[in-house]
Amino acid sequence: MINETLVEFSRWQFAITALFHFLFVPLTIGMTWILFIMEAVYVMTGRIIYRDMTKFWGKLFAINFAIGVATGLTMEFEFGTNWSYYSHYVGDVFGAPLAIEGLMAFFLESTFVGMFLLGWDRLSKRQHLAATFLMAIGTNLSAMWILVANGWMQNPVGSEFNYATMRMEMVSFSELVFNPVAQVKFIHTVAAGYVAGAMFVMSISSYYLLKGRDVAFAKRSFSVACGFGVAAICSVLLLGDESGYEVGEVQRVKLAAIEAEFHTEPAPAAFTLVGLPNEETMETDYAIKIPYALGIIATRSLDGQVTGISDLKKEHEARIREGMIAYDYLQKLRGGEETPENIARFNEYKDDLGYGLLLKRYSENVIDATEEQIQMAVEDSIPPVAPIFWAFRMMVGSGVVMFGLFILAFYFNARRQIEQKRWLLKAILFALPLPWIAIETGWFVAEVGRQPWAISEILPTFMATSSHEASSVLFTMISFIAVYAILFVIEMWLMIKFAKIGPSALHTGRYHFEKEQQQASPQLRQDKY
Amino acid sequence: MFDYESLKLIWWLIIGVLLIGFAVTDGMDMGVGGLLPFVAKDDTERRVVINTIAAHWDGNQVWLITVGASLFAAWPMVYATAFSGFYFAMMLTLFCLFLRPLGFDYRSKIDSPKWRYNWDKALFVGSMVPTLVFGIAFGNLLQGVPFNFDEFMRVTYTGSFFALFNPFALLSGVVSVSMVLMHGGTWLSMRTDEHVAARSAKAAQIFAAVLVVSFSLAGLMIATSIDGFIIQSTIDPSALAQPTTKVVTTVTGAWLNNFNAYPVLWLLPTTGIVMAIVAGLLARFKPGGLAFTASALSIAGVIFTMGVSMFPFVMPSSSTPNHSLTLWDAVSSEGTLNLMLMVVAVFLPIILCYTIWCYSKMWRTVTRSEIENNNHSSY
Repeated sequence: MINETLVEFSRWQFAITALFHFLFVPLTIGMTWILFIMEAVYVMTGRIIYRDMTKFWGKLFAINFAIGVATGLTMEFEFGTNWSYYSHYVGDVFGAPLAIEGLMAFFLESTFVGMFLLGWDRLSKRQHLAATFLMAIGTNLSAMWILVANGWMQNPVGSEFNYATMRMEMVSFSELVFNPVAQVKFIHTVAAGYVAGAMFVMSISSYYLLKGRDVAFAKRSFSVACGFGVAAICSVLLLGDESGYEVGEVQRVKLAAIEAEFHTEPAPAAFTLVGLPNEETMETDYAIKIPYALGIIATRSLDGQVTGISDLKKEHEARIREGMIAYDYLQKLRGGEETPENIARFNEYKDDLGYGLLLKRYSENVIDATEEQIQMAVEDSIPPVAPIFWAFRMMVGSGVVMFGLFILAFYFNARRQIEQKRWLLKAILFALPLPWIAIETGWFVAEVGRQPWAISEILPTFMATSSHEASSVLFTMISFIAVYAILFVIEMWLMIKFAKIGPSALHTGRYHFEKEQQQASPQLRQDKY
Repeated sequence: MFDYESLKLIWWLIIGVLLIGFAVTDGMDMGVGGLLPFVAKDDTERRVVINTIAAHWDGNQVWLITVGASLFAAWPMVYATAFSGFYFAMMLTLFCLFLRPLGFDYRSKIDSPKWRYNWDKALFVGSMVPTLVFGIAFGNLLQGVPFNFDEFMRVTYTGSFFALFNPFALLSGVVSVSMVLMHGGTWLSMRTDEHVAARSAKAAQIFAAVLVVSFSLAGLMIATSIDGFIIQSTIDPSALAQPTTKVVTTVTGAWLNNFNAYPVLWLLPTTGIVMAIVAGLLARFKPGGLAFTASALSIAGVIFTMGVSMFPFVMPSSSTPNHSLTLWDAVSSEGTLNLMLMVVAVFLPIILCYTIWCYSKMWRTVTRSEIENNNHSSY
């Protein structure tokens, strides 16, 4: 039988390690391009201040990058250590983008990050700029392959179940890569990373401007980040993930959960702005609705319907029943009765095998599940509505606030008034956590919204774990929490320390804290510039 | 392009090559991390040591990630079984590996002896524990590990964490650690000067000797007391991946069967030993490139010796030998192997090219004076 405690601990451990890793990755993704832009300006104009900007923001980038690399190792290990049935069941398909990520992208990123950080004196200007560019390309390609893998979990195209090997096997690599869910996800996620990078540079620059320190340095940094950020936030919002929600069954379920659309409404459906989703009565209490909006956003039409949860459940019940038949034939085939008739019958029903597996939680043998057990499996086929509903609104809310801040910042920056708008600088400084709130809640919507599936409609999450004692996973989970907490404290302490010092940390003698020292004793100047 | 049988063989070679790439590059900077407290006595010397690999450790580490991801893609059952079976060992390795990126990057950020001393310890642990655990893991693979599959191919591992620490596995751990320290020693004696170079050369000699002794001893145990696995049923190399349908028995000394059948293979362990001796002999002489190359060849010899002795097994099961994983039946589908072969064929040469370019650009003897003059731009 399924060990529910083990499943819970495995899920919590993966969620904790993935969400923690994902605190650092988006900043890396965004910062690489900001660093490239700054350095490109330096190479084109020859102005030293842009080199200093690249080096200083590069220092902060490196503090973040190191912990991103460290926590990324966990993700590489964890599929095998904690999700070994998953690894066997889908490795043939899911492993490929991960391996390609390593070979095509992560090697490039990691090799050139070393050149970026330590190659300033060893490379010519152009060579160094090329190294920065390759680092940025590597980082972004890396995100692409990871999201191709994740997109396949959401919408598993290009693959087929093989009863003889008892796993999913790849039939079309191009379908895997051009999976519409993966493509939308890639653009949405990297653009969110760009927003995080831009907000990071803008917030810290605002701090210097508010303090009246290193103003020339801060203003230029602010300008670069704000131009980049406006473009990024527009693409995040306009090319929002939502365009991917009509593709694939599980994406439809997720959309219904996001909108707490318990019953199918006549097209075009209204968009629930806020309200209190009540999963027991299947109603959203105190809902404030915008007429037509959901239908238009989700289906890009006036007559497309957004299917409600109660109708989705009916569809799922039918598929669970078909899945029981698929499971029956799978047992026959695995038991050696490989007659042409059994194979044909299995192939007829195998698309619903995953729904049959949902019953494994209640009935070891699936085919003799009772009506009551089938109903429980139907209930399981819908993710928890309220957390997804709220997480989605937190994400969008953060996005909209950031959009406003970026537009204002861009406007006043273009009019060269940003220094005088202290209220805006303060708002931007305090808005620093917003990209991370949006990113983490967004990831939550994507992953919790896919439940109960590890691979949509194919492999339930509770089947995907390794065969461990629950206590083993509890032990490692607590270790992760403890170790990650320590790493986080060290990282934040260093980051805040260097952000507060500012460009003086470069020891060029040109910036705030060193100028003060110089006035006292000019011989303290160390650098040759 | 290739049939399924050839693809399976090619992938066995590719995994071997990736493992060697990992041992030669990342093993080198793990060796550097392991030698750090011993060959460098003050902070400047430690920074000299760290700055020989400062620009490269991150790229090197990707070899490990690529080995893991390639196992996932090409040998998913091996990835699933090994990573979940060796659960606590893998987690221990992982937690120690966290210390390296942070140690390299954060150590120089704060100018405090205590801060730096602690990160030095972290770098030592982060470099040596994974090396030891990998050695112990391979020592256990050679003896077989207890796992079996159910009818739906769910793997269950029945061994305990402490059972991993048996005498032969510990000996393999010594092989792994001495190999990596020899390699790190030849690297440091090539890239540094004065005291650090002299101490590193001495370390390379000591650990080359330890490697020769421990590797020979392991060979002796393989011949006399370790059970090798033999497939008794006929294997169809182009069949689908079904690892539970064959018949396997164990015989003491059977891991030498391949060498006896093809005596030319004896060149592999010979390379492992002879090249370690050459590395030890040349470690003191400049330029250090020859010793380093010899050390890399020795590593390749050791790793391929192990691979060939187990061939075609990659992860034998001691509890249910019939469920042992081999390169014929624990693999991905033909389409995936084909695709991944093309990816490797295109990208591996590109990776080698830019890696070599980066090493050549950063190539220099790292000296005390260079480090003292670059307090804020080096690690």
